[in-house]
Amino acid sequence: MSGLTNPIVLEQIQQQFPDAVLSASEPFGLLTLELKKQDVLPVMAFLRDAPTLDFGFLTDICGVHYPDQHQRELGVVYHLHSLVNNVRVRIKTFFPEKAPKMPSATKLFAAANWMERETYDFYGIVFDGHPDLRRILNVDEMDYFPMRKEYRLEDGTRTDKDDRYFGR
Amino acid sequence: MSLAQPNYFSAQDTMDGELATLNLGPTHPATHGVFQNVLKVDGERIFSAEPTIGYIHRAFEKIAERRPYYQITPLTDRLNYCSSPINNMGWWMTVEKLIGVELPKRVDYMRVIMMELARIADHLICNSVVGVDTGALTGFTYMFQERERIYEMYEQVCGSRLTTNIGRIGGFERDFDKVFFHKLRSFIKEFPGRFDEFCRLLERNRIFMDRTINVGGISAERALSYGFSGPNLRAAGVDYDVRVMNPYASYEDFDFIIPIGDNGDTYDRFMVRQEEIRQSLNIIEQALENLPEGPFHADVPDFYLPPKNEVYHNMEALIYHFKIVMGETPVPVGEVYHAVEGANGELGFYLISDGGRAPYRLHFRRPCFIYYQAFPEMVQGAMISDAILTMSSLNVIAGELDA
Repeated sequence: MSGLTNPIVLEQIQQQFPDAVLSASEPFGLLTLELKKQDVLPVMAFLRDAPTLDFGFLTDICGVHYPDQHQRELGVVYHLHSLVNNVRVRIKTFFPEKAPKMPSATKLFAAANWMERETYDFYGIVFDGHPDLRRILNVDEMDYFPMRKEYRLEDGTRTDKDDRYFGR
Repeated sequence: MSLAQPNYFSAQDTMDGELATLNLGPTHPATHGVFQNVLKVDGERIFSAEPTIGYIHRAFEKIAERRPYYQITPLTDRLNYCSSPINNMGWWMTVEKLIGVELPKRVDYMRVIMMELARIADHLICNSVVGVDTGALTGFTYMFQERERIYEMYEQVCGSRLTTNIGRIGGFERDFDKVFFHKLRSFIKEFPGRFDEFCRLLERNRIFMDRTINVGGISAERALSYGFSGPNLRAAGVDYDVRVMNPYASYEDFDFIIPIGDNGDTYDRFMVRQEEIRQSLNIIEQALENLPEGPFHADVPDFYLPPKNEVYHNMEALIYHFKIVMGETPVPVGEVYHAVEGANGELGFYLISDGGRAPYRLHFRRPCFIYYQAFPEMVQGAMISDAILTMSSLNVIAGELDA
């Protein structure tokens, strides 16, 4: 196991892509980078292919929705893992709700296929270049994206329950 | 050593009228769960497979956004319902990581015992079902007897069997009692003998080996690219185990072996699970032997419900009880990813907290969901009966697939 640490990973990315990293932090020891949308795939390809980094394992892709962040309401979060060095990195990117488009990572990782379908299914994020972008868990006829914050879990017209009193 | 893709179809083959369509599932008895596969077959050979999933999707991630932290375990129970305790513990550890709880050593060891029991139960089901799918029903019935004993132990600890909901934030709801220890000791004593019988039934069985070797194989590179983890990845020859790479719950205290295979085929997956059962038993023995004395939960009154009689007679306990139940306890803002080695692989919890009563976003990294997408590639060119075996040796659990 080599001594690859978060600062080294960050430094290497910044050397290769000087303007890509918008912000970096380490919540609970996991290097978290916010990147510009167009830089996500090149950075991931670099992380995967650079021999000293070797982030060859795509752990997870998921969507997030922050309706209050103007022009950056929707986001995608990638978790990568370098099994050789045992270092993880989290990559985030945000874009406007009006243009929910993201380049697809399926060319880099076969695992991204269903993960992106799931993200599309729940958040309506369209992954450009995905070979088969369909809903995966929900029914095809569904006309909304249920994990977005504007879709309430319970029927909004109910009057017999007032959750305000329960801190919700 | 040959990888198990008999290159039956040449590149010129097209999907003309010669191919038949076969619906495998959603309620086919051999799929052991509710998922559909539309197979295009040429006789008995599979030309292509198209899985459709989502039949038992229950929107757990959405539901979790409205539930207080301690009410999310019942949701995790229903992910991989063959090994619920691992899911429960994984969730507690995620929350504990977020709020920063120091756990007593005893809690860690108790958790290790429960998680390894769950792993044994899960692998027993998977492996005995692989046996059933090759036609060997006997081992299945014997191993279900052993699984039943594990379920009785769950019952002793938490009161339920399948959807266990074991534990609390900071530890356990009660200490292990004498009956549990008695059951555990007799299980440790008697299980290896019975398990050996099961091994002798299948491991070197000519028919079983013929049916499983070079069936549904995957190379290490493809497995990594597909995000395989757990026994399925180890069968392909990659020694990635979260328990060793990122130890949680004091796994670093235990001495155990990570078995790996080399072909990534059904037989290797079976054998890796067999060895993991033995190693899990070994870990349980070590944990039981070195089980430290001490409290069975951490001192986190903000999150751990006080005992009921305290609530009636002690004002502080009453306040804490009220605050926990009404969700008034402040939770730190932050995001945390925590992974545990589930029975099927890396079970991850990605939790974003905005300081509210419920998670802002909770995403489950479900190993089944991620590796099942490799299924079409793994069965292409194989026989229909091999597809069944591949599916059951991947241990695809519908609950984990669909969340």
